[in-house]
Amino acid sequence: MVLLVLLLVVGTAVVLTRDLLKATMLFAIYSLTIAGLFVILDAGDVALTEAAVGAGISTILILATLALVPAREHRQRGHNRPALLIVFITGAALVYAVSDLPEFGSADNPVHQHVGPYFIEQTYPDMGIPNMVAAVLASYRSIDTMGEAIVILTAGIAVFALLSVPPRRRQRAPDAKTRGRDEG
Amino acid sequence: MSALSLFNYWAVIGLMMLGYYCVIVRGNMVKKIIGLGIFQTSVFILFISAGKVLGGSTPILREGVSVYSNPLPHVLILTAIVVGVATTAVGLALAVRIQEAFGSINDDDLDQLGQEDEP
Amino acid sequence: MKDNSILVIVARFLIPLVMLFGLYVQFHGEYSPGGGFQAGVLFAAAWILFVLIYGLETGLRVIPLRVIYSLGCLGVLLYCAVGLMGVILGGRFLDYQPLLASPQAAQQAGIILVEFGVGVTVASVVMMIFLQFARRRAQSQAAGLELDQEQDRS
Repeated sequence: MVLLVLLLVVGTAVVLTRDLLKATMLFAIYSLTIAGLFVILDAGDVALTEAAVGAGISTILILATLALVPAREHRQRGHNRPALLIVFITGAALVYAVSDLPEFGSADNPVHQHVGPYFIEQTYPDMGIPNMVAAVLASYRSIDTMGEAIVILTAGIAVFALLSVPPRRRQRAPDAKTRGRDEG
Repeated sequence: MSALSLFNYWAVIGLMMLGYYCVIVRGNMVKKIIGLGIFQTSVFILFISAGKVLGGSTPILREGVSVYSNPLPHVLILTAIVVGVATTAVGLALAVRIQEAFGSINDDDLDQLGQEDEP
Repeated sequence: MKDNSILVIVARFLIPLVMLFGLYVQFHGEYSPGGGFQAGVLFAAAWILFVLIYGLETGLRVIPLRVIYSLGCLGVLLYCAVGLMGVILGGRFLDYQPLLASPQAAQQAGIILVEFGVGVTVASVVMMIFLQFARRRAQSQAAGLELDQEQDRS
């Protein structure tokens, strides 16, 4: 569908541009397009989360970092041929593996056979709430959600541990020969 | 028609390889973190596409809808999105500290400083 | 940025609206798409908008630093307390059955409390991460680390 082609174009632009501010703005557009794609694929909760988190918080954090680091990337000399070869081989292997997957969207895929119908049928009699995703998240699989809350608290503690001490003098600097190289 | 029904997955592979290339080839740390974000979101599209039922609708019970999409992949991806932003935040904090300690976040400058250390 | 009148007027209208929408998404998460994570991120985004326009000191006067730190931990503690309540009242960990009399009401009460805990934690952690990044620039300029602009941006 059209949105996936748009995503590929925006993704290529993000990788190829060397100005990090442009890459950040394109990344925000990318995240918002993915949120739209999730709405088309019938995932309401996930679209809301991706729009809020990807296009909101991730972008603002990268912009806050770009206020503290230089915002241009060094020019790469030549193309890195072994890396392109590795990427192509991995991509080809994945395409071969994907050909075994069942057809997209068919209702008798193995994915929809075991636990899916149980959740769809049993949520209202067990809990009385219409949102199946919230019921699974908070009641049927609530230990996973506890683990996830602890993960985000740990990330907050890690950022606090890294950034709460005020900076001292820089320990060393790259020399002028490196910094004077042509940026283009 | 059976080849076209896998188009979603091929697009996912394309995006995944873009993110992979960005992580292993680009030298700037912030660019690597952006590439990691592209990789993660492509995996989310893979899971959500696997959970979709054609003719179904969002998994919230309401009148007039009889076929729902599978709610289980949505739950997994909700957790994964939040963990992804946690990883991004810690990575960016590390990049800020490296910039302050060494003056640069590009690979070639850091290699230069590493070679100066060796006798 | 508080001298820019367009931004101030739009923000004065938008920030309470976004916070109210965040609370709506939190408590209506059982009937419509929503829940803890989305609500926490929305609430934090409203506070970040306030800080971007009025400055970090004003933002910290509205929601003080100690409140942000303690709310982050209290959300996870609320989650674990609901779980332990299930054990104390006779069931398993994170079992909502023993909390109230009718089984459906018990599940709904458990889900509301747990999602509120997650929402509080996510909001305060996102606010704290942003303010750590925002304070760093003033601190690094005070320490004399100049920002290396390797070339002028055109």
